[in-house]
Amino acid sequence: MTGDTGLEEQVLERIERARRRKARVREEYITLAHGAGGKATHTLIEGVFLEAFRNPLLEPLEDGAVIDEMAFTTDSFVVTPLFFPGGDIGDLAVNGTVNDLAMCGARPRYLSAGFILEEGFPIAHLRRIAASMATAAQAAGVQIVTGDTKVVERGKADGCYVVTAGVGTLDRPTRLSAAAARPGDAVIVSGPIGEHGITIMLARGELDIQADLTSDTAPLNELTARLLDACDDGEVRCLRDATRGGVATVLNEIAEASKAAIVVNEDIIPVRPDVRGACELLGIDPLYVACEGRMVAIVSQASAETALTALHSHPLGHEAAVVGRVNDDPPGLVLLKTAFGGTRIVDLLVGDPLPRIC
Amino acid sequence: MRFVDEYRDADTARALAARITALCEPGRAYKFMEVCGGHTHTIYKHGIEDYLPEAVTLVHGPGCPVCVIPMGRVDDAIHIAAQPDVIMTSFGDMMRVPGGKGSFLDAKARGADIRMVYSPLDALKIAKQNPSKRVVFMAIGFETTAPSTAMTVLRAKADGVDNFSVFCNHVTIIPAIKAILDSPDLRLDAFIGPGHVSTVIGCRPYRFIARDYGKPIVVAGFEPLDVLQSVHQILTQLAQRRCEVENQYARVVPWDGNPKALAAINEVMELRPHFEWRGLGFISQSALRVSAKYARYDAERIFQIPGGRVADPTSCQCGEVLKGVLKPWECKVFGTACTPETPIGTCMVSSEGACAAYYNFGRFSRERVKEATRQ
Repeated sequence: MTGDTGLEEQVLERIERARRRKARVREEYITLAHGAGGKATHTLIEGVFLEAFRNPLLEPLEDGAVIDEMAFTTDSFVVTPLFFPGGDIGDLAVNGTVNDLAMCGARPRYLSAGFILEEGFPIAHLRRIAASMATAAQAAGVQIVTGDTKVVERGKADGCYVVTAGVGTLDRPTRLSAAAARPGDAVIVSGPIGEHGITIMLARGELDIQADLTSDTAPLNELTARLLDACDDGEVRCLRDATRGGVATVLNEIAEASKAAIVVNEDIIPVRPDVRGACELLGIDPLYVACEGRMVAIVSQASAETALTALHSHPLGHEAAVVGRVNDDPPGLVLLKTAFGGTRIVDLLVGDPLPRIC
Repeated sequence: MRFVDEYRDADTARALAARITALCEPGRAYKFMEVCGGHTHTIYKHGIEDYLPEAVTLVHGPGCPVCVIPMGRVDDAIHIAAQPDVIMTSFGDMMRVPGGKGSFLDAKARGADIRMVYSPLDALKIAKQNPSKRVVFMAIGFETTAPSTAMTVLRAKADGVDNFSVFCNHVTIIPAIKAILDSPDLRLDAFIGPGHVSTVIGCRPYRFIARDYGKPIVVAGFEPLDVLQSVHQILTQLAQRRCEVENQYARVVPWDGNPKALAAINEVMELRPHFEWRGLGFISQSALRVSAKYARYDAERIFQIPGGRVADPTSCQCGEVLKGVLKPWECKVFGTACTPETPIGTCMVSSEGACAAYYNFGRFSRERVKEATRQ
């Protein structure tokens, strides 16, 4: 806006260099921000776990590791409340791992389930969780074949935590990767975003907001199979389920890994009115709100129509939309064309999206 | 969505932008300060600057509640939170604000019981549910949030809740605007006035800006078209050689404010002789404290507060940014040492802070962004 744009550009270049520096964990203690899926989580993973475990299978930091013709992944579930409209911790734990495998392009096959239970937790609740896990496993076509149970003293856990791991088989030659997006590719979102996150916030009962919303938790493996079957090998570049940190975080991960820009249009991104309304009231952006049954797909421009038709043919994808495209410049950045007609960056958040006070 | 979409219409924006450009006198540069952090957030979130001609620069002002909290007050609050049986409650924005010894989030990780609430009434509810605990509400914000703090104290009294208190950090907007107007290193042509504050204080308190300083001020709403329209109203005033207080946000802001809210503030709180603002230093009669009549709800009287003053880091230029003297990117540490992950200054913390808004939403060459988003 001013005449000193040259100077501003220099400063901005310097900032980009600073951002490319290796992540370093500065905190002395774990804070809640480390678990929110944003920058703090990335720094922790790269600064602690990748440092310690570094190997070629882990390094891409995809949703799961691909080993020969097999995909392998794990996920832990600590949701509060345990039961919420549209699901519970049980189906979430099954669907989460099923989806991580599906995002690798794999057919999910076998799951493990670990339970960390708090002394005093009602057995009736555990039965209910186990039943919904069984139903979810059946729906996704997977079997829970091994498990573990631990009980901790009262106060040492929040009722029940569930950890699942899973393996799937890669039946197709296509290898999906967050680093595979290329300029010109289409960016597809499989359905309305943010329903799970807002449902959980409302189910906690702290907000006194009423909305007719249920979690979007669902297994996406049928949807991904339909998409991959419809498109030629290599035409689907990348699939990611938009869990913690929402669609914005997934897009940033893809832009960063592919060293490409992603440009999305705010007014095409599907968001249900109840989610939008709650987000407006809380001052948070639905792009950062977690989904448990929605994914982002990067598909070649030539296959975009085919991909969309395939997604529309499945109930979980009938509201899928091409929301943007991949560009070459500026690399690593996600840009949003706002519904108002302006432009802005969509960055990774540091931690959870925090409601604004006024 | 009704009451939202009609204020975000791109066609209306384009038409308004053309009228704004037509009002700019050739060769003249305009600098308008949006006082309120909510406006800063709106400007970046919707990309409003894309509609403004080169000649118009928006300068981001001091109206971000967490940005002006000095580090010493954060340390004091963390000290209170560390006392036995204390539950500290706070708005979400406050959780990451750095004091001299870390933020609420850090203190929480070290074991303090600090909980995020959405309203002071939630804090009162926690007090009722935990009668053996001492529940403190970290009260921050301008006249926008002060009434809800005051009403909560009145409710606590009415309900006989005696384990609830307020650590009052409420500030008032007028002295801050005056400090900016008196700052020698600043040239502003006009103000976009704070909308939410004005729902409480009304528009009259701004008259000195037009009368004594000869600057137009337009109280504006928070939707993007509100901001564009207020820019248009300011330029119209300047073109017609007028300077007045105008109310663009009349659908929400009554000219005389909200007498009930003001009465609640006056009942429970009183002006402090002076208060430190982050980056701006001490400003006299610029903040509120719980008055003696409600001493039993005043955390400053209940707890021993260290009250230490922590000098802002020398590298931090929050003060210049808050006064609009520097643009965020002109600060020495912006984006390198000071980032949203490792904020040095408060402007980098809240999504309403000028630096955080610029870093998260606007940190890139406008030209390259325009090129990339061209269809």
